[in-house]
Amino acid sequence: MLLPNALLLPLCAAHSTLFAAAAAVGEDPASQFIRLLTVFLLAMWVGFEVITKVPQRLHTPLTSGSNAISGITVVGALVVAGALSSGFGTLLGLLAVVLAMINVVGGFVVTHRMLEMFSPKKK
Amino acid sequence: MSTQAWINLAYLTASMLFIMAFKLMTGPRTAVRGNYLGAAGMAIAILAACFEKPVLHSLTANGVWPLVMLGIAGVIGGGIGAIMAIKYPMTGMPQMVALLNGFGGAASTLVAGAELWNMTGNVSSPDAVVAQQSVVQLAPWTQFAIATAFTGLIGAVTFWGSLVAFAKLEELPQFKKAWTDPIRHKINLALAITTVLLIWAVCAHPSWTILYWLLVVVGSALGCTLTLPIGGADMPVVICLLNSYSGLAAAAAGFVIDNSVLVIAGSLVGASGLILTAIMCKAMNRSLVGVLFGGLGTSTSTISDDSVYAGKIKSAGAEEIAMVLEGASRVVIVPGYGLAVAQAQHAVRELANALEKRGTTVEYAIHPVAGRMPGHMNVLLAEADIPYEKLREMDDINPTFPETDVAIVVGANDVVNPAARTDPKSPIAGMPILDVDKARTVVVVKRSLSPGFAGIPNPLFAADNTLMYFADGKKAILDLTAAIEKS
Repeated sequence: MLLPNALLLPLCAAHSTLFAAAAAVGEDPASQFIRLLTVFLLAMWVGFEVITKVPQRLHTPLTSGSNAISGITVVGALVVAGALSSGFGTLLGLLAVVLAMINVVGGFVVTHRMLEMFSPKKK
Repeated sequence: MSTQAWINLAYLTASMLFIMAFKLMTGPRTAVRGNYLGAAGMAIAILAACFEKPVLHSLTANGVWPLVMLGIAGVIGGGIGAIMAIKYPMTGMPQMVALLNGFGGAASTLVAGAELWNMTGNVSSPDAVVAQQSVVQLAPWTQFAIATAFTGLIGAVTFWGSLVAFAKLEELPQFKKAWTDPIRHKINLALAITTVLLIWAVCAHPSWTILYWLLVVVGSALGCTLTLPIGGADMPVVICLLNSYSGLAAAAAGFVIDNSVLVIAGSLVGASGLILTAIMCKAMNRSLVGVLFGGLGTSTSTISDDSVYAGKIKSAGAEEIAMVLEGASRVVIVPGYGLAVAQAQHAVRELANALEKRGTTVEYAIHPVAGRMPGHMNVLLAEADIPYEKLREMDDINPTFPETDVAIVVGANDVVNPAARTDPKSPIAGMPILDVDKARTVVVVKRSLSPGFAGIPNPLFAADNTLMYFADGKKAILDLTAAIEKS
């Protein structure tokens, strides 16, 4: 809206790399929070900008495709489970890996099936 | 570059791929590629996660078997997901998406719970963990504490809300009737107050893990009580909202484990779900608060069925309607949820083929909230190989109804009810509708005169230019096609 998308994407990207590097060095908790909050707000903005342009007929694949992407929490699950820090924590983590993978694989496959039907060359 | 820098670079690549995936979703031709890019981004992120510091630490301490364990869990989950996605019939897509969505929310809750458990010092092998994880007393009101509380809550609401939505869409008998007991408002209020108190408690005492699980339990109850009262027709809104929640839960989990790819991907999904929710609400002329808390207003409409319908209904059979269609040069088909229930999409396609062979133009008018999830009718008709160029959106096709010879309404009711335009007291007053009543002739294929989700009579059925064709949707369309081909 105010900022063109072309500007916004690299900005968002720059934030996540620059600040992710800072995280490794060690930063105070408040600035860590603000760093992630920046990423969060910018990504929300990108999301709003991009998704308002999706036509109605693609809303179902969009829902299921974004649903698959929300399975990104599998990354957190892998790290928590893989750390083997505690028996109970690992168990929860592994369960999370299974559930998130169902979400990820199921989501992408379902979306693909739907989009296949939209493809005009299939006769 | 350090390992961590490579990992972050991989996460950045994944984030960019997700954004591009969304971008490509804007066109039907590029959407397939968009989906591939999303999957590729996910693969990169998963691979990178296996090199994260805690995982590497445990690999050096325990050998390869943690990785084997993760692999097995991943394959089990992926396998189940793939089988579900391939085996489930295309018509069950709304409930399938709801179910998958719930699993994502549950996973976020478990991630935060596991991280909290590890962080509070429940650590079995101290050498295998990063130094900060052995702190037993966690400081209150940190990012970690606040984010953990929100992940637990949103994830639990998403999971149980999605399960209820799944049960409703699957039309399990126990869930057929919406829960409309007024006591639900008191229950919801009590749950909401408990939730706020528990969020405060978790933030103030993050080390007491029991508080976190209590919050998850209350969130679960809230997920159920918020979804149970919602009627079938409001399902598109709920699906969008739950989709948004699952993204926000993932983003919150990103704050818990301090990971930007979770935050980016999660907030993209969160934004997408919120936009779709807003679009759906607008298409039904309802506020989000109204959908979530109102149920659908009281159906104590002043107009009774009899005063609208008595003596004015003209019923017709296949032959009669086929004759009308023979003279038509432009036909618009209006599908509704009844089409999905009757599985009549292929029959509709055959009818359109028969008409087109005679030189008639056939188009489809799609109302934004027709069906049980956003864009439901588009998927259904695409399954029957109906080219998407013929599926026209409401604002696009409404001006063409006066030039339309015959509008065939199959299984739609409230979205074509002219009372939305004419009767300011109607519960659906102001809701944007398809103006089929302006077509020269309207054919309504319906089993009976029973009302739609709004519970009100439809003056369209009694209009002078309307012919009612009482039959099962699929059989009716098949008979009609046969009658046209015979003549």
